Amino acid sequence: MAAIYSLYIINKSGGLIYYKDYGSAGRMDTNDTLRLASLWHSMHAISQQLSPVSGCFGVELLEADTFDLHCFQSLTGTKFFVVCEPGTQHMELLLKHIYELYTDYVLKNPFYEMEMPIRCELFDINLTQAVQKDRVALLGR
Amino acid sequence: MIGVGKIKQYSNVLDKPLSKGKQEVSLSAFAFLFSELVQYNQTQVDNIAELERRLEDAGYSVGARVLELLCHRDKGNRRETRLLGILSFVHSTVWKVLFGKVADSLEKGTEHEDEYMISEKELLVNRFISIPKDMGTFNCGAFVAGIVRGVLDSAGFPAVVTAHFVPVEGQLRPRTTILIKFAEEVLRREARLG
Repeated sequence: MAAIYSLYIINKSGGLIYYKDYGSAGRMDTNDTLRLASLWHSMHAISQQLSPVSGCFGVELLEADTFDLHCFQSLTGTKFFVVCEPGTQHMELLLKHIYELYTDYVLKNPFYEMEMPIRCELFDINLTQAVQKDRVALLGR
Repeated sequence: MIGVGKIKQYSNVLDKPLSKGKQEVSLSAFAFLFSELVQYNQTQVDNIAELERRLEDAGYSVGARVLELLCHRDKGNRRETRLLGILSFVHSTVWKVLFGKVADSLEKGTEHEDEYMISEKELLVNRFISIPKDMGTFNCGAFVAGIVRGVLDSAGFPAVVTAHFVPVEGQLRPRTTILIKFAEEVLRREARLG
């Protein structure tokens, strides 16, 4: 069972800087992921403009028949979103945790260039652990 | 009242005991500062050996100051004069003050008489750092190696100190070993002292 299908991180200009696939159900090729990332970026921006109430920060959850998309935007405009099975709980917490990992293992790494694709071994290791843990917790619930 | 009469009044500021200092600083703040140090030095060099040397130099001045401070604060202005003494001083006292813990291990090199190794499972400066593949064996622990060299050199034990990644079986991440190779004169003096 794969609760989470995939994880995306996009920089503040809509470029995909990290993509990880966790289950074959949502598998896409590289071009598709890039397209989806920038599409989501624009949609997110439009949703802010469309909001009838002021102070809207954009879409946080998109529910569809076959998947849920949870999005978290950091203060600097970097967006994290996961595509998961419909009805999966506690995704905001996972996203917050992933954001924490990003600030630790990506931003504090002197060899990472801002806004560029993330290639950090420690981030990968800790992310895998976090997702694994989340999955175990999910099975336990 | 409790404690009345216990507080000494020092007329001279120099008679006051040196404060222990604040024990800890924020790890995040340090990590960002160190990251910036590495990034700045990266812009100043065109090869990795040079970058390693610059980090080591930065550490050297930290080491020289740390020795001075700790000798005054912990040892009543005395410093170690024997080889094993200074090594355990680095391994425990210096490590504890800088990284909040004693180093994982201190060993004598098996192949050479003049080599000693301080190993750490996860060096504090490397906690958030992933070395890109194209940088090969570069280790930011060069900064710590510089600190160790600074302490040893200022204490009268000139040595060549380098930092290396050593893979550990059954572990995802390699550990860092600080290799200390003492100068000939140090060993000669040590032999004379018996």
